[in-house]
Amino acid sequence: MDMTPPDKKMKLVMVGNGMAGVRALEELLKLAPDMYDVTVFGAEPHPNYNRILLSPVLAGEQTVDDIVLNPLDWYSENNITLHVGKKVVKIDRTHREVETSDGMRVGYDRLLLATGSNPFILPVQGADLPGVISFRDIADVDAMVQASSQYQHAVVIGGGLLGLEAANGLMKRGMQVSVVHIGPWLMERQLDEPAARLLQKSLEEKGMKFLLQKQTAELVRGESGRVCAIKFKDGDSAPADLVVMAVGIRPNTELAESSGLHCNRGVVVSDTMQTFDPRIYSVGECAAHRGIAYGLVAPLFEQAKVAANHLAQHGISRYQGSVTSTKLKVTGIDLFSAGNFGGGGQTEDIVLSDPVGGVYKKLVLQDNKLVGACLYGDTVDSAWYFQLLREGRNIADIRDHLMFGQSNLGDSGHAGQNKAAAMTDEMEVCGCNGVCKGTIVKAIKEKGLFTLDDVKKHTKAASSCGSCSGLVEQILSSTLGGDYSATPAVKPVCGCTERTHDEVRAAIRDHKLLSIPDTMKFLEWRTPDGCATCRPALNYYLISTWPGEARDDAQSRFVNERVHANIQKDGTYSVVPRMWGGTTNASELRRIADVADKYAVPMIRVTGGQRIDLFGIKKEDLPGVWADLDMPSGHAYGKALRTVKTCIGSEFCRFGTQNSTQMGIDLEKAFWKMWAPHKVKFAVSGCPRNCAEAAIKDVGIIGVDSGWEIYVGGNGGIKTEVAEFLVKVKTAEEVLEYSGAFIQVYREEARYLDRTVHWMQRVGMDYIKKRVLEDEAGRKALYQRLLYALSVEKDPWAERVKDGVAKHEFEVFSV
Amino acid sequence: MSNWIKIAPLSEFPQQGARVVRHDGKDIAVFRNAGDGVFAMNDKCPHKGGPLSQGIVSGNTVTCPLHGMNICFDDGKALAPDEGCVGTYPVKVEEGVVFLQI
Repeated sequence: MDMTPPDKKMKLVMVGNGMAGVRALEELLKLAPDMYDVTVFGAEPHPNYNRILLSPVLAGEQTVDDIVLNPLDWYSENNITLHVGKKVVKIDRTHREVETSDGMRVGYDRLLLATGSNPFILPVQGADLPGVISFRDIADVDAMVQASSQYQHAVVIGGGLLGLEAANGLMKRGMQVSVVHIGPWLMERQLDEPAARLLQKSLEEKGMKFLLQKQTAELVRGESGRVCAIKFKDGDSAPADLVVMAVGIRPNTELAESSGLHCNRGVVVSDTMQTFDPRIYSVGECAAHRGIAYGLVAPLFEQAKVAANHLAQHGISRYQGSVTSTKLKVTGIDLFSAGNFGGGGQTEDIVLSDPVGGVYKKLVLQDNKLVGACLYGDTVDSAWYFQLLREGRNIADIRDHLMFGQSNLGDSGHAGQNKAAAMTDEMEVCGCNGVCKGTIVKAIKEKGLFTLDDVKKHTKAASSCGSCSGLVEQILSSTLGGDYSATPAVKPVCGCTERTHDEVRAAIRDHKLLSIPDTMKFLEWRTPDGCATCRPALNYYLISTWPGEARDDAQSRFVNERVHANIQKDGTYSVVPRMWGGTTNASELRRIADVADKYAVPMIRVTGGQRIDLFGIKKEDLPGVWADLDMPSGHAYGKALRTVKTCIGSEFCRFGTQNSTQMGIDLEKAFWKMWAPHKVKFAVSGCPRNCAEAAIKDVGIIGVDSGWEIYVGGNGGIKTEVAEFLVKVKTAEEVLEYSGAFIQVYREEARYLDRTVHWMQRVGMDYIKKRVLEDEAGRKALYQRLLYALSVEKDPWAERVKDGVAKHEFEVFSV
Repeated sequence: MSNWIKIAPLSEFPQQGARVVRHDGKDIAVFRNAGDGVFAMNDKCPHKGGPLSQGIVSGNTVTCPLHGMNICFDDGKALAPDEGCVGTYPVKVEEGVVFLQI
């Protein structure tokens, strides 16, 4: 424990004013805004800017002002003392002070080293000549822009990501550019040979020249004293008025090493981002975590978050390394690579190659998991492949379709059909909120967005149905290059906590938490009473884990589930009474007609789920409407069992093999009132013609002559998913037990707002078969637990009409 | 001339919830948060006119039920990055009774 008295703030000093360090400060300010007096030293004379976007600045697509992430005002608003253009040269660990080159000394309680990296300069003669620079900061870009207006010949040494982006920028500025590369092909750390050849070809078509397998011997001094040519070890030479060295970066550990901190290709840090001196943290390109110093922004931001968590003394977060991916920020070139793209050893390759069409795709598999990918020319599915790779998902069941991408998995829906890079700015990305590509790109650049969540918040794209999330991730990565922060595989529930959905569920179960305040207290929620994202999730986890015991908190439910009707855009509600298995009778229809007259219902509509929907009901009228209908709630408004759709079946149909209508009625009567992580739809068809469309329902039952087939995990919404065959059973009782057990596993284990299909994709069909088919006792227990949970639920409409529950909801104060 | 109008006992307002006060054909949402703070504003989200009284209340904000915009009770402003503002009304609790100034 720190012994600092509470009235005195601790002192935090940060050395380095770059993206990783400042992100750590931002995260810290969110967690503990008043814990530290913060002082920042930056060697560059600028506030924190987006280093990733130096390439577009060089190419003339953006200005320096566009890429500033934290203007000077940000530092003063947050009471951060900023010293720009000051270099820290010494850390006195005994007295806990840093010292600058001009003799200034500042004490610290915690020190954050974010010194980044230095470009590697080839140790050749002439490397110090005027006109020889690296590509690292704004000063370098200024030097390149200036050179491009005066000189003709540019040579870029290094055919990696940075070198090619520099070459592209200089070419756009009108220079003749040659790229010198020691390797046999370009970007050998990110691409295999076939992909690199395609890349080289298309860059050559743009006018770039390549000198491969050339080793630099000397940079030649011209008459003016400036560099004028480059000489190679094989005796060749080329004219050069500007030489850009982009042969790699080295973690900047000079300061750390001189102060005795353990360094090994970077400042060595633990999973808590602490160096060997626990008062000193390090994040960013200077830090070596488990032997890796990362050079891309996504891992650095993860590190920043972890460091902030510990600096704020929360002490629960760990950094466990990152899987990174690469994209080249050269307009018109689609390229992506991630993981072990080279293959070899125990791996298997799937390759699609069309050199003339300019498309090359290679997927590397090991033990039925995707371990690497290298895509050129068509990167539509890069976000999906990267997700499969990070999650380590078993792809055995989709292996034969893997190469053809996500949209070829038998799904429809527009996700990923469009090619982000090829889209024009006016093309619509988010169909729900009408957001175009240009709006998203503009927000990413101007507001400094890095993650899908950022884009959702600022533009509303992908914030409704989410089917364009993949496309938005593509736009992020094509705008920012490989440096964007891909959505982590496992996410916290919301901004109120670090905990994931699964951790929250486990805590509620293992510690028998029975209310939302108890859960928040136990799990150290950061906000006093959560938010509109976490509260509904917590409420569902509580009531599904402890039915009859946990408190169902109406104020933590979305309006529809609190009011038991569906809110519409004008603030009125729609009412859908339950019609068991899609059946009704004259008396019910008469009552519905009377209600429509009495309350002047402006619209009556037959739903897709074989029921009747009354629109335009005022909230105050709801209890009256329910009383007059005298029918049970259809739960058409809830994350709950909606409808059991049926075909007429063997009672009337000449093809019917089973009485599907009765089966539907039985299922609906057994499972109605069931809350779930998301809405749940059933359907029962009486023969394989499947008129009830059972193949796109969460649970679909198809009658055959010898019994019933049960299908699970179908979805007719956002992305059509065909249900998978689970089992064939003989009797109606078995249909109830097996489908009930399946739905209970989903209720107990899926994350809130997972549809069955999303949950199944994560846990796999084998797991579901194990729980529902192979373990008979387990199946029966699951079914019993479901029946018990349902036994404590009441018809919400009847409760409100007869028992006056939640009366206040429906009364207005008139004054 | 604005006057304090007596509305109802505080106990009639759900914690982390709201009631609607109808005045002169206009709906005003009166919120009560978890700390028993009481706030009033027009029952109309600046985004697309959603009834804010029906939103989830957390801390000093309400989340509009239609599209999820967050509105702060203190000044009626939408939380960043959203933009927009709702008119607020003075409200007070005296001896357990809520009064509204319209």
